[in-house]
Amino acid sequence: MQAEIKIRLKNGISDPEGDNIKKALLLLGFDNVIRVKTLKSYIIEIDCEKKDDAIEEIKDICDKLLANPVIHDYYIEIIE
Amino acid sequence: MSKKIGILTMEGTNCEYETFFAFKRLKGDAELVHIKQILGEVKNERSIGDYTCIIIPGGFSSGDYIRAGAIFASRLSKIKDEIIEFIEEDKLLGGICNGYQVLVDLGALPATKKTISDEKEAAFIINSSNKFECRPTLVKHVNNGKCLFTRKYKKDDVLLFPSAHGEGNIVFRDEETLNRLISNDQIVFRYVDDKGDYSGYPWNPNGSIFNIAGICNNKGNVFGLMPHPERVFYRYMHPDWTRNRDIDRGDGLLFFKSIIDYVERY
Repeated sequence: MQAEIKIRLKNGISDPEGDNIKKALLLLGFDNVIRVKTLKSYIIEIDCEKKDDAIEEIKDICDKLLANPVIHDYYIEIIE
Repeated sequence: MSKKIGILTMEGTNCEYETFFAFKRLKGDAELVHIKQILGEVKNERSIGDYTCIIIPGGFSSGDYIRAGAIFASRLSKIKDEIIEFIEEDKLLGGICNGYQVLVDLGALPATKKTISDEKEAAFIINSSNKFECRPTLVKHVNNGKCLFTRKYKKDDVLLFPSAHGEGNIVFRDEETLNRLISNDQIVFRYVDDKGDYSGYPWNPNGSIFNIAGICNNKGNVFGLMPHPERVFYRYMHPDWTRNRDIDRGDGLLFFKSIIDYVERY
């Protein structure tokens, strides 16, 4: 089973990388750009038979390593 | 009782030798120890109980993947109970730069309520400048005496410690955590400008709230700071040493002296 995990900065946490990309885009003439936010994504292949078990285990992975709840929200999607 | 100081390394740490020699030059009984030795994954095993002080040095442990310090912290979490015991025995656990990030990710800092927090209380995000900041910075020692790592510094001493980090902006879970840190005397160093006042960028190189450069736990025996005292051990390691240095030591020396004095008396 494969899952895609997206780790995003919580609202209100500054994202200087996104801000800088936005600045670069405006300088390139993309005047319609309002905001850029960066996120990290991972694809994890996991040996689980049931989708729910896979999600549970990946949640644990996120809580223990991939995300820090002080600054991150995460989303898990089983892709195959 | 062992008086040993362990400099804890893993793949990607790169400030271990400066830190090791800082202790050695002051006749401290220091040794480099790899996390695999602590976790029993190689021969030549060690236990953290063999040491009275453990310092996690700066660098880019595991390439700073995921978040700076996250992988190092997750590996240390395997021996969480031993670390709790170590801290509760009033031994010293310190982190410089990447080591500070490790201790925060592990929950050993700020640890306002428990020895190691179950829920994370803080995190580091990339510097507000979106740049790796590598240059001298000034910090003020604001601690009232709780921190065991800085006992040799006077209150309000302004020190030059070089910074070199990309993810140094500390963020707390809520305002209450910061207020608790302030009221518990857990703030140790704050970035200041050349007049000793709290200023924004570039004096505060990363945008940390309250200009925080270093914090300790509630007992004062776990401590992390972002800039590098080991890089200003000698007077001539200061960029202005030919002009403005009239004392015969670098600003970082007393950090190591404070640790050695505590360890000797332990």
